[in-house]
Amino acid sequence: MSIMSDTQATPTGLLAEPLLVAMDLRRRFGPTVALDGASIQVTAGEVVAVMGPSGSGKSTLLHCLAGILRPDGGEVHYRGSRLDTLSEDVRSRLRRDDFGFVFQFGQLVPELSALENVTLPLRLGGVTRREAERRGREWLGRLEVADVAGKRPGEISGGQGQRVAVARALITGPRVVFADEPTGSLDSLNGELVMTLLVDTARQQGATVVLVTHEPRVAAYAEREVVVRDGRCVAPVQAR
Amino acid sequence: MSVPHVLLGLLEDRPRHGYDLKREYDERFASTRPLQFGQVYATLARLLRDGLVDIEALEAGGGPDRKLYAITAAGVTDLERWLREPVTPQPYLQSVLFTKVVLALLSGRSAADVLDTQRASHLDRMRELTRRKASGDLADALVADFALVHLEADLRWIEMAGTRLGRLEKEMRA
Repeated sequence: MSIMSDTQATPTGLLAEPLLVAMDLRRRFGPTVALDGASIQVTAGEVVAVMGPSGSGKSTLLHCLAGILRPDGGEVHYRGSRLDTLSEDVRSRLRRDDFGFVFQFGQLVPELSALENVTLPLRLGGVTRREAERRGREWLGRLEVADVAGKRPGEISGGQGQRVAVARALITGPRVVFADEPTGSLDSLNGELVMTLLVDTARQQGATVVLVTHEPRVAAYAEREVVVRDGRCVAPVQAR
Repeated sequence: MSVPHVLLGLLEDRPRHGYDLKREYDERFASTRPLQFGQVYATLARLLRDGLVDIEALEAGGGPDRKLYAITAAGVTDLERWLREPVTPQPYLQSVLFTKVVLALLSGRSAADVLDTQRASHLDRMRELTRRKASGDLADALVADFALVHLEADLRWIEMAGTRLGRLEKEMRA
């Protein structure tokens, strides 16, 4: 398989195996073409911004990379194995074990406290309540929202809610964090705080981040950007 | 940057020697381009001629560094006027980039490439500023924020231009 030997230079100049590779992805929604031959490579440990105007196909690309959506054509490889042809069960397990997700809004369970929301992935994975809560409090502390542990999503601010969501995405130690417009509903300063904490904690954990955003200031937290236009990834231009 | 007004602003706090003015200017305002000594003394000489500063004390030994400069009442008035004046908005990038886009379209070259190159360059700069913000103090962050939101405005124009290239080309070739 040619893709296995497909390598990419890391910022340090070493050659690294790509963690995620998508080749020639195609996806339609009825008559609308969302992806029209999109290809992307993501190296382990990097923070990549996927940019583009609304309707360009960037969220669809993220959903295909994360195994949420199955593309109509093309291939997705994760750690050297085909991801898009796996059964829904296997992909679902992969999403739980290897991936973390942060969305724009509506991701916290409104009936649960911040601590219960953060510990949810651990509890579903069979971790005892005591241990889950210990780690949950630690993570809320890292995201500087330890004081809202007992509050429900409706009782905390949007910025606090997004930080709880980041804690929940990272608590299982995912290899990849997929973030789709994570600051979309926040003002500039809260957006900045969420991005700083998301990128810093992901780096400390060695997690890879695929960040979908249409905001340049958010994309500037990434190490590089991939621009999606009309369902394709535009080759990065070397400035300078 | 209006160096005379910056020096007046620094002198308003208390009288200073030319050397101290340069040091303070560099520390606060010149993160990338320090002020030359020659420029400090030339500026002070002009301010002195125009009656905006005065020499409060002249220490023995001569030399420009022995003069202690103080702001005058006229200097304070001038400084206040300058502070109240709006800064002229600079449509610089937009006009240069607009020219490049038009020339590319007219010559049958790819205007999208022009915009993509500019986007990549802008994002490089924004990444650098974002890193600087993380490592600096609040004043550094404010300076970086200013640059970041302006670069972001340029990028919004780039995206808008990008979505209109097809129509622009048709109009231009009509």
